[in-house]
Parts: sequence; structure tokens; C-alpha cells
Amino acid sequence: MMKILVAVKRVIDYNVQVRVKDDGTGVVTDNVKMSTNPPDDNAIEEAVKIKESGKAKEVVAITIGDDKAQETVRKALAVGADRGIHVKVDGIVEPLAVSKILKKIVEKENPDLVFMGKQAIDDDCNQTGQMLAAILNWPQATFASKIEVKEKSLEVTREIDEGLETIEVNIPAIVTCDLRLNEPRYASLPNIMKAKKKPLEQLNASDLGVDTKARIEQIKVEEPPKRKAGIKVASVSELVQKLKNEAKVI
Amino acid sequence: MSVLLIAEHNNTDLRPFTFNAATAASKINADLHVLVLGNKSDSVAKAASEIPLVKKVIHVDNEIFDNFTAENYTSTILKHVDSYSHIVCSANTFGKNLMPRVAALLDTSQVSDIVNVISEDTFLRPIYAGNAFATVKSTDKKKCVTIRPTSFDPAPSTGGSAEIVKSEPGDKFESSKFVKREEIKSDRPELGTARVVISGGRGMQNSDNFKLISAIADKLNAAIGASRAAVDAGYITNDHQVGQTGKVVVPDLYIAVGISGAIQHLAGMKESKVIVAINKDGEAPIFSVADYGLEADLFEALPQFLEELNKLNSIQK
Ligand SMILES: Cc1cc2nc3c(=O)[nH]c(=O)nc-3n(C[C@H](O)[C@H](O)[C@H](O)COP(=O)(O)OP(=O)(O)OC[C@H]3O[C@@H](n4cnc5c(N)ncnc54)[C@H](O)[C@@H]3O)c2cc1C
Ligand SMILES: Nc1ncnc2c1ncn2[C@@H]1O[C@H](COP(=O)(O)O)[C@@H](O)[C@H]1O
Repeated sequence: MMKILVAVKRVIDYNVQVRVKDDGTGVVTDNVKMSTNPPDDNAIEEAVKIKESGKAKEVVAITIGDDKAQETVRKALAVGADRGIHVKVDGIVEPLAVSKILKKIVEKENPDLVFMGKQAIDDDCNQTGQMLAAILNWPQATFASKIEVKEKSLEVTREIDEGLETIEVNIPAIVTCDLRLNEPRYASLPNIMKAKKKPLEQLNASDLGVDTKARIEQIKVEEPPKRKAGIKVASVSELVQKLKNEAKVI
Repeated sequence: MSVLLIAEHNNTDLRPFTFNAATAASKINADLHVLVLGNKSDSVAKAASEIPLVKKVIHVDNEIFDNFTAENYTSTILKHVDSYSHIVCSANTFGKNLMPRVAALLDTSQVSDIVNVISEDTFLRPIYAGNAFATVKSTDKKKCVTIRPTSFDPAPSTGGSAEIVKSEPGDKFESSKFVKREEIKSDRPELGTARVVISGGRGMQNSDNFKLISAIADKLNAAIGASRAAVDAGYITNDHQVGQTGKVVVPDLYIAVGISGAIQHLAGMKESKVIVAINKDGEAPIFSVADYGLEADLFEALPQFLEELNKLNSIQK
């Protein structure tokens, strides 16, 4: 029976209108609502579903970040993960460093599968899963919208620009999840209470011997160029006239 | 040092974004080489050699590249990177899947999805779904960079005659297997490169109503896009999704129909030259980025739109 490790990241909630700091050092995070990175919820959901189907025995949620990042692990525990790991690092940790930390944990925990989100909606990097697969020399199934668990492999449907692609990866493997993979469940109040009693192990990145120093200097962060407000047209014929004679695009 | 661009292709032709990536790559350094990994792909190597910006093509032809898996590509790319300072490719699902696997094995922190080249080591990239732009400087010796194709013009495709050097593949990766690819074929222009895009959202209500959109798309020679909500609801297939987790489009004309304008959708279309929004809710956020907003019921507006287009003497294609 399988053991599944799921990586969950704490990010600014997707509903928040992100604002750039005046001094250009980053975006405003004080008093801003934070949540689990959306596709990471799909990753947890899929792992829990596989466990419920009897094909996995344990789901372990892991996060890498400051003390507050533990909230994401608690949320994963509340929707069915069995135990959690928090690797403490302050500040920005680049995907390369995250993947190195995850590799150490994989070597310790020996999971059969690692599930993660396809992309973090803060850095929009879309790297970590592929990097972890590389340094473990495991197969990667990225942008998964369907997973079928077989005897010693997974058949994964991937969302690609041209449509859909199906691959088969031997276990152990890394899967990065798309939002369409499943419908994440909500945590019920009793389960949130129970989650508080589930084990959550704390480690430091430095104890794992991973160098988390940034390789990419963030020189400045600025507002994107603003679009000029346009006009409202009163009718379809006015719209077509404007497109033809003013914008000259049709 | 030189730049190595990983070509995206289908074993017959270069995929269009390779030309956009070539433009960006040559801005990093003019000594641009292209690596073509394919199976029975001589025509691809030839096409790459005809891009005037390209100085050399390295061609590895082997059956293990028939289906472009990141695992098989990576071992061969690693065999060829020694003399390069930068490895680059497009930030579409091809490059997103591939490049981090290469970067990690080079112990390089990848710079994803750049929209501008500031210098050999400094790039501009959107973060937070395009709500902020970060200027970042890579301090790694070898840099791995993916390029947002729609932010760079495609390079000219003819006139060059770079030398083509044959080379050998790396090890085959045994633990994964390609099963099938379901490509959605269409006679319409590709979403990523179309001059006009018309997209439908949840307001379309069902897949049948997308006929209203396709009739106009036919008329305007437009590609068809969609919001995630429309894709999730099954009105249209995933390859049409525009946005943070879909495709980025920068057409001359983008028409959003029954789309509210969530930031995740705007992330994929707000750089379009002219934006039209058709929505019955006058407060919908899509109007804040629209050059021309029409507050109307789409089921009345779309048939009228088609009628008005039919009245025109000529339409740009
Ligand atoms: C991590 C993450 C990533 C995401 N990535 C993407 C992405 O890449 N792309 C994307 O699009 N979304 C994405 N989303 C989803 C996004 O947040 C919105 O939910 C989605 O864009 C809404 O789609 P919509 O505008 O079609 O639907 P709605 O928000 O439901 O809007 C429907 C609109 O149609 C209008 N309407 C209804 N009926 C009519 C009518 N008869 N005539 C005229 N107008 C009508 C309504 O007024 C409304 O404004 C993502 C979300 C998350 C959390
Ligand atoms: N700090 C982190 N802690 C836990 N998981 C992470 C972290 N950073 C990235 N991940 C995982 O990697 C995925 C892709 O992130 P990224 O490569 O940053 O876009 C996320 O969806 C998470 O599953």
C-alpha cells in the first residue's frame, strides 16, 4: 500500500487584489488574507481520495515556509491528510531550494508518490515538481487532470496546449495537479478540531543541510502598465462602426 | 557565450512559438544556436537553419524523441549544454514541462516566463497573475530561461542558412511511457498567434451556444477562447482556456463574451491591443479593461453582431 507525500504552499488568497509596495521591494502582505495555493488543494484531495479507495495507507502533507505556513498543513490535515511536516525557512524560497528540501524529506519518508500543485499563484514559476522529479531521477506527470492508479504505475491525463496527453509513469513518481483534477472538499468543523490533534513535525531547512540562499536577485517589483479606460457603446452597430473606422481592427 | 534554444516542433514543422522564442533568445546573445531533438525530423532542422537569427543548428534524430517527453529530452540536452551560457525555450506547456527538469540538474534557479530581456542576466517577468512585474537578476553561471512567446515578435523564418550539425542522444528514460495525445484539430488560426480572438464564458450557458461565437469567429478569421468557468462546465475543451493557468494571448482584437473578468482571466488577455466586452452586467470587472464595452444580453448582441459584420463590404483577415 502506498504512501503519498503532498506539498502545499501558503500564498496570498486568489481573491485578493494584489498591490505592489510603494518602495518596489515586493507586494503588500500585511493584513492580507492567505490561503493554500489552489492546485495544492487538488493535490491533497486526490491523495485523500486514493487513500479512501484503499490504494494508499498514508497521506503526509508538507509545507516549507515561515511559522504561519503551518496553517496550510493544518488545513490539509482537516481534509484528510494523516500527518504533517513543516520545514521552517523565512523569506522567499526559490523552487530549486524547495525541491532540494523536498528531496531530503522524500529520502527520509520514502513515499511512493509526491503530489503537488502545477503552479504557485504568487511566483507563477511552475517549476518545483519538475525539479524534484529531476533530482530524484523519477518520472514526472505534470498538469494532471486525471489520474488512474494501476498496479505499479499511474496513467495520467495531462493538459497541454494542443489538447490532452496521456502518459504512464512507473511508481515512484511526481505528479503536479491542475485545478480540473477534482473538486476539493471543505473541512468540516469537527474535522478542523480533530486536525489539531494530528501530528505535525517541525524541522529547520538548515538542519537538513540545504542551502536556501536566493540565486535570483529581485531588483524591483512594480505595477504593471495600466490600461486606459475605454468607452461604453450604446449598440452593436456603433460597436462595429468603431471597430472598423476608429480602432481599424476588422 | 552562446544561447541554446530548444526547438518545439511536431517532427515536421517548427511550432510557431519557436520563432518568438528565437527573437527573445537573440536579444540575450546574438550567438544563437538551436537544438532540434526529433524523430525523422530533417525538415525541422532545415526550417531552424533558415531562421536568419540562427547561427548553428544541432540536430539529434532518434526514435526516443518521437513523443517529446521531458525525461528523454533532458538527458540529451544536458549532453549539449557545456559551451552555452543560456538554455532557453518557450513558456508554454512544452517548455514549462521541460525546462525545470534541465535547470535542476544544472543546479540553476530557472527564470520563468520572461516578457522582456533587460541584459544577459536581468529579465522582466510577471508575478501574481500579472498584477506585478518583477525585474530579476540571475546569479547562476548557466541560466535557464523560459520566454513568454506572445511578448516577442516572431523571428523571420526565411533567408538564413545556418550549418546543421548532427549529434547523438543521451540515455533513454525507462520509467515513463507515452500513451496517446488527443490533439484538437481546427481550421481556425491558433489561439496563441491569432490576430483576432473571441472568447466565451459562463454566460454562454452551454456548449451549443458556442455556435454563436464560432459563427463570428468564421467571419473574422478569429481563434476561439474561453474562460476557465466555461471549460470547467464542459462548454468547450481545455485547449481554449485563456488566463493565468491557461494560454496568454495578445491579439489585435480580443472580444470577451459573457466573461466577468476575474484577475486570473485578465492575466491571459489584458495586453491585447483592442479589447471588447459584451456583458449584461454593467458592473462586471471586464469593462475596466475594455476599450469598447457593450452592456447587453449576449443572446441578442451576438446575432446582431454577425448581421452587422455581414453588412460590411470588407473585413480584415
Ligand atoms: C488558481 C486559479 C487559476 C485560475 N485560472 C484561470 C484562467 O486561467 N482563466 C480563467 O478564465 N479563469 C481562471 N480562474 C477562474 C477565475 O477566477 C474565474 O472563476 C473565471 O474566470 C470566471 O469565468 P467567467 O467569467 O466565464 O464566469 P463568471 O465569473 O460566472 O461570469 C459570467 C459572466 O457572464 C455574464 N453573463 C451571464 N449571462 C449573460 C448574458 N446572457 N449576456 C451577457 N452576459 C452574461 C455575467 O454578467 C458574468 O459577468 C482561475 C481561478 C483560480 C483560483
Ligand atoms: N514553499 C513551498 N512549500 C510547499 N510546497 C511548495 C512550496 N513551493 C512550491 N511548492 C509546491 O510546488 C508547486 C509549484 O510551485 P512553483 O514551482 O513555485 O510554481 C506548488 O503548487 C506546491 O505544491
